[in-house]
Amino acid sequence: MEAAMGLMRRIPPKHSEAALSALLSLLPHHSADLLSQVDQPLQVLCDVDSGKEFILCEYNRDADSYRSPWSNKYHPPLDDGLYPSQELRKLEMEANDVFTVYCDQYYEGGTSSVYIWENEDEDGSRTADGRRGYLEEGSWEAIHVIEVVPLDEATARYCLTSSVMLSLTTNDESSGAFNLSGSIRRQMNMDIPVDEGHLCNMGRMVEEMESKLRYSLDQVYFGKTKEMICTLRPPSELVQTSLPEQINK
Amino acid sequence: MSDEEETQPTDEQKIEIAKWFLLNAPAGEIQYIAKDMKAVLQDETLYITAAAEAFPLYNKSHMICLDFPDRSGEVMVTSFSEIGENEYLDPRTAQVAIVDHVNQVCRRARPANDEELPTPYIEEYRYALDIEVTKYVSEVYPKGICSVHCVNGKDVEEPGMDFELVVVISATRLSPQNFCNGSWRSIWNVEFKDEAQLVEVRGTLQVGAHYFEEGNVQLDAKHECKDSTMFTVKLELEYLSPEDSAHSVTTIICHQETEYLNSLQTSYSKLPDATFKDLRRKLPVTRTLFPWHNTSQFSLRKDIQKSLGLEKKK
Repeated sequence: MEAAMGLMRRIPPKHSEAALSALLSLLPHHSADLLSQVDQPLQVLCDVDSGKEFILCEYNRDADSYRSPWSNKYHPPLDDGLYPSQELRKLEMEANDVFTVYCDQYYEGGTSSVYIWENEDEDGSRTADGRRGYLEEGSWEAIHVIEVVPLDEATARYCLTSSVMLSLTTNDESSGAFNLSGSIRRQMNMDIPVDEGHLCNMGRMVEEMESKLRYSLDQVYFGKTKEMICTLRPPSELVQTSLPEQINK
Repeated sequence: MSDEEETQPTDEQKIEIAKWFLLNAPAGEIQYIAKDMKAVLQDETLYITAAAEAFPLYNKSHMICLDFPDRSGEVMVTSFSEIGENEYLDPRTAQVAIVDHVNQVCRRARPANDEELPTPYIEEYRYALDIEVTKYVSEVYPKGICSVHCVNGKDVEEPGMDFELVVVISATRLSPQNFCNGSWRSIWNVEFKDEAQLVEVRGTLQVGAHYFEEGNVQLDAKHECKDSTMFTVKLELEYLSPEDSAHSVTTIICHQETEYLNSLQTSYSKLPDATFKDLRRKLPVTRTLFPWHNTSQFSLRKDIQKSLGLEKKK
């Protein structure tokens, strides 16, 4: 399994879908682990009832069907799929509405979906929140999974694991084909009083995390890879300035 | 049980998968991928077959550079220097290296025989270009290697016929401890066309970078300089010495590569501002963080308390 994750770290991100399905066919016993640990580009389906789009991911999947957060129905229809409890479903609906506004504010477009479910082993609920913005030349996809564990009457522990997948491509005459893509994963844990509601706390964490990730993506995606290129072939200004020094020596 | 047997890939499919993973390895990482692939396949024989097919392709495409066993020089493994199965010519030392692809080493070397080398006439041009390009590469690339081969017309003995040389330049920077690897590859075809009395230069540049500390970020950029009108050097070939042509060609290569680097820099400075900002703003239009508490309604709070209460009862 470790070897499989090693492979996923090295394969070009634009091939990650192909790589994952190859690994799934070679390691069928590990499919649950692979699917939950490997980030895949998010796909979108249209809810037949509301006409709104929702995101497809591991967290709303049962067999080959996906549950829409708008209508709570499986697409394609499934006889005995998993559904969240009434209470959680209410929270889920509210969360989807709130996050749609959030999505609009930050992404000015894009799609967001929130899925909540109960983990049977522990006393807690989890939220998965996919966010997808798409532009002609690039795409941003974020998945946030928060595990909520109530500690006592007034506080709960929130464990957030976030992954952002970014893909930027340009293709023009002067600079040829340029593709920069990849994914980054981070974690954050916080204990917060629940007086303002779970949604509030989770929302703030997600917002903070996204801002941090955006910043570090800027550093990593652009910074590190650009640095590498300049190390391979230093721009000519550098070459020229180093020569006089040598002459002086 | 029967489900597993149905979805189990065939041996052939497994080999193809292994080959695909190996071939897609970023620069300098194929051995790591090889190790992981062996663990995932759990079948030594299948792996060996896949590796035998994948490694030569990978090595040639990445133009790896191997030392001769007696340290007399190096040979670049490319499709242009390949003269036989696992045999690669180094024109500088006129030796042929016998290469073990899977382990990426040169096993033996032997002197090249006359049929394998270009004629003295061609060799003059090749040699002159080699000198110029080597000088250029050493000035511009901290860790670059290069090589010049004749790919067409190596038996031409005197002026009046066309011939073609290829310049390959490769620079890699491997820093696995910093989770960062990168490579630059350029291939320049230089055609000496006698009838048209000109030299045509065409190039392909490929740059890659891989950063994998907290994830997997890769740059893959490729550029083809195809517009021959830009790079043709119209000259009286009869009066053009090999040294002059070498100098002109190298100047063209230098100019093009510098231009490409500049355009990469420009892309890098444009992208964060243009595309990135459009994908996700730093802050909403309101210039403040999202007002989470305002959007929660009273009913939400009650529901939370209820759901907490419910869970506690379990």
